[in-house]
Amino acid sequence: MQRIRLRYTKRGRLRFTSHRDFQRAFERALRRSAVPMAYSAGFTPHPKVSYANAAPTGVGSEAEYLEIGLADVRDPEALRAQLDESLPDGLDIIDAVEVRTPNFVERLEASLWEVRLPGVSEQQAAHAIELFLAAESVEVERQTKNGLRVFDARGAVASLTLVPSQVDVAPVGEYSATSDVRTGDGCAILRLVVRHATPAVRPDDVLSGLRSTADLAPPVPAEVTRLAQGPLDEETGTVTDPLALDRAAAQAVPSETAEPQAVASA
Amino acid sequence: MTVESVFPRLEALLPHVQKPIQYVGGELNSTVKDWDACDVRWALMYPDAYEVGLPNQGVMILYEVLNEREGVLAERTYSVWPDLEALMREHRVPQFTVDAHRPVKAFDVFGLSFSTELGYTNMLTALDLAGIPLEAADRTIDDPIVLAGGHAAFNPEPIADFIDCAVVGDGEQAVLDITEIIRAWKAEGRPGGRDELLLRLARTGGVYVPKFYDVEYLPDGRIGRVVPNAPGVPWRVSKHTVMDLDEWPYPKQPLVPLAETVHERMSVEIFRGCTRGCRFCQAGMITRPVRERSITGIGEMVERGLKATGFEEVGLLSLSSADHTEIGEIAKGLADRYTDDKIGLSLPSTRVDAFNIDLANELTRNGRRSGLTFAPEGGSERIRKVINKMVSEEDLIRTVAAAYGNGWRQVKLYFMVGLPTETDEDVLQIAEMAKNVIQKGREVTGQNDIRCTVSIGGFVPKPHTPFQWSPQLSAEATDARLGKLRDAIRNDRKYGKNIGFRYHDGKPGIVEGLLSRGDRRTGKIIRAVYEDGGRFDGWREHFSYDRWMRAAEKGLAGTGVDVEWYTTRERAYEEVLPWDHLDSGLDKDWLWEDWQDALEEVEVDDCRWTPCFDCGVCPQMDTQIQIGPTGVKLLPLTVVK
Ligand code: B12
Ligand code: SF4
Repeated sequence: MQRIRLRYTKRGRLRFTSHRDFQRAFERALRRSAVPMAYSAGFTPHPKVSYANAAPTGVGSEAEYLEIGLADVRDPEALRAQLDESLPDGLDIIDAVEVRTPNFVERLEASLWEVRLPGVSEQQAAHAIELFLAAESVEVERQTKNGLRVFDARGAVASLTLVPSQVDVAPVGEYSATSDVRTGDGCAILRLVVRHATPAVRPDDVLSGLRSTADLAPPVPAEVTRLAQGPLDEETGTVTDPLALDRAAAQAVPSETAEPQAVASA
Repeated sequence: MTVESVFPRLEALLPHVQKPIQYVGGELNSTVKDWDACDVRWALMYPDAYEVGLPNQGVMILYEVLNEREGVLAERTYSVWPDLEALMREHRVPQFTVDAHRPVKAFDVFGLSFSTELGYTNMLTALDLAGIPLEAADRTIDDPIVLAGGHAAFNPEPIADFIDCAVVGDGEQAVLDITEIIRAWKAEGRPGGRDELLLRLARTGGVYVPKFYDVEYLPDGRIGRVVPNAPGVPWRVSKHTVMDLDEWPYPKQPLVPLAETVHERMSVEIFRGCTRGCRFCQAGMITRPVRERSITGIGEMVERGLKATGFEEVGLLSLSSADHTEIGEIAKGLADRYTDDKIGLSLPSTRVDAFNIDLANELTRNGRRSGLTFAPEGGSERIRKVINKMVSEEDLIRTVAAAYGNGWRQVKLYFMVGLPTETDEDVLQIAEMAKNVIQKGREVTGQNDIRCTVSIGGFVPKPHTPFQWSPQLSAEATDARLGKLRDAIRNDRKYGKNIGFRYHDGKPGIVEGLLSRGDRRTGKIIRAVYEDGGRFDGWREHFSYDRWMRAAEKGLAGTGVDVEWYTTRERAYEEVLPWDHLDSGLDKDWLWEDWQDALEEVEVDDCRWTPCFDCGVCPQMDTQIQIGPTGVKLLPLTVVK
């Protein structure tokens, strides 16, 4: 069985797709494009797909990951293009590599988030960031299925910066940010790197933290996009490409001769 | 004039509502056309939540038929849940389409599809959110034409104040004809304003415009007569019938939502109409005659639809799918074709007599064998004669035995309570039938864990059926009868534990009955309910009987009639019924005879395999039965790798 890791997005209005919705849409896209899926054994066989660490509903993402198992060998790039074509615009498949290395999920150490705050000035934001970062810990509350939880939102934050407005911020690396977000004056843009810890600290928890430490109360909902997730370079505070290892291995040993390693699925 | 998308304003509200994905559109196979390149623009609504409305075939078909035309654009809109409604009112965001998020008020036509009357209050919410006056009389040239269609439109009188017009019957050709009339009128510079357009529509004889008909009442509250009040407007408005379904293979590109919906499969309508003649069934009466899609036409639709959607299940849809003359071949052919793709097949409803185990085996070949559903509808042989549901208890037991023999372990039976002439005895027979089913199951399988679920709905008399004259059973009497049945089941030591019992109380049925057989005076009630906060009346958690009864008291004040008058009252032969001027093709005298036959427990056969019994439809509508068999078989598809 060949395994392929895919990177996909949730852009624009389709960021309101829940993870369940995405799963259904993806599995239908697999059928439409007649991908030779490997099926699980059992009474009701399911195509082998494992998803890693999905972003919450309503949050955009440039960096979601999943892994599929194929019954036949396929060229990852051709497969990517085929699946991308078959999904609605906004749910885009933007990268594909053959699996060569184990423990993918553990590699997703941190996420880089962009947080746009329409109606919040840069000064307000800068002040709030300063207070937040200065704090040892910042207790926040979140309503979960098991009731109200109180936890620290500061510890997991590796960095939090204000994106200076003179820099053209729209294109991030080679990918453009969410397509239909509103910009304009009085929209502070934050960059946030959060370590994946338990309990998971999400951008809205950090926003709660900014509210509690600095009274920052955005007039309209923040627009949040995950720009990257992967290994965290503690030195530079940057999040690097989690597919790099597989890519390098594939370049060293091309597909036909490679014996894909078994990987524990997420 | 270009119309702006309301999406940027809506987007800011979406993080605060449940399941925002239902409001963003972008479904696979949806269409957004250039506004300025089109001259006739339709907003189509299924007035219920997105999860119910999106899979609706009627809207999907009309959406595609219209969008295929050059210069014509159709977008969809659904009811928003109260959480979003409140925010939209607060932030002044109007009712929008999910395709391009254009405001509904900007369209030429606002077409609503009513498969149930319980969507009426949702229509008022949508009109109000759209900024369109609730009453047709208050609309101006800047408002869309509000058009109702779907089965409930066969009696549009309760909503006559709120709609500009209604179309009864099949919509495919009708929406295209209406489009042409609007296009011509617009091209001429909209002469005579709204009234002229409505008049042109009314004069076709296929569009009902309530304002061109005056209703006169007798002193006792009954209708005296309904008279056209404008020149050239016909006395009666005819239903539309599409002949040759193979020429209308819609939907070709079924919509695939991102959100989860009630109907997660691809549907292919395998025939339209049904002449079994069940006397309670409005759908069967108003969709005559039977028109089958051919086995090859079905095969092509399934193939194209699966490719376009990636669904895992195909529903072979119709009013009584097992009755297709080639259903066996269809099921076998499809099961053969799609064995490797793990595609499941399903039929929405199964009649006991038409059902056979080979077919059931075929349908479940690629899937599981869990439960089978049958609808005997009446508990006793006598009551089944009254409703013309010709199935004997022996038939049922024989079928059930075969089912258990083939590995099924669960049988679900559907019944109605409150049927004309029904007594407690008839209903208590339901318990006996369930026991016999379990008994047989135990016998055949040698096992004790056999289950039978009995599901009961209240009977609501519907317009254009032989039961349109019948009294409806009151909510109290319904509940009392159901209580006796429940006790009979619970107190049975031997089988009681294996019988599941599901039923609804009688109250919602009374409201449905009021709206089904209502007249123009009922509109006041609908409006009062809406103003009192009534929404989503088809949903248990939103429905309030008390609100409806309060509104009825207010709305009917001074008319001399009340809710009982509309529901539990029996009508006489001479009475002018509110929907008599809407022509379903059925001869009223034939319906009356059928009603008399019902009272005498006389059955009538199916005109597909016995001579025509003169229901009136075919001569009146110039239609004929179109059925197979064609003898053609579905060949395996060659797989190109
Ligand atoms: C699949 C189905 C369902 C599904 C999917 C519903 C959906 N969202 O579409 C589910 C299981 C959810 C369902 C639920 C219910 N259903 Co149902 N369902 C059906 C079924 C089997 C097929 C419907 C269908 O797609 N028909 C084919 C399409 C093409 O027909 P159509 O919608 O009528 O549209 C055509 C015309 O009416 C017209 N038209 C329609 N809209 C408009 C609008 C305009 C502007 C114009 C001009 C024309 C037009 O043009 C269309 C093309 O010709 C029918 C039986 C049948 N074969 O019709 C029952 C049926 C429609 N359901 C029925 C009922 C009672 C219900 C429920 C109320 C049951 C319940 N007690 O809960 C609920 C109501 C749900 C809701 N709130 O809407 C009844 C309606 C009774 C009646 N008035 O005659 C039917 C007829 C079954 C029956 N024999 O009793 N149902
Ligand atoms: S007119 Fe005759 S053939 Fe046509 S549907 Fe009625 S009974 Fe059947």
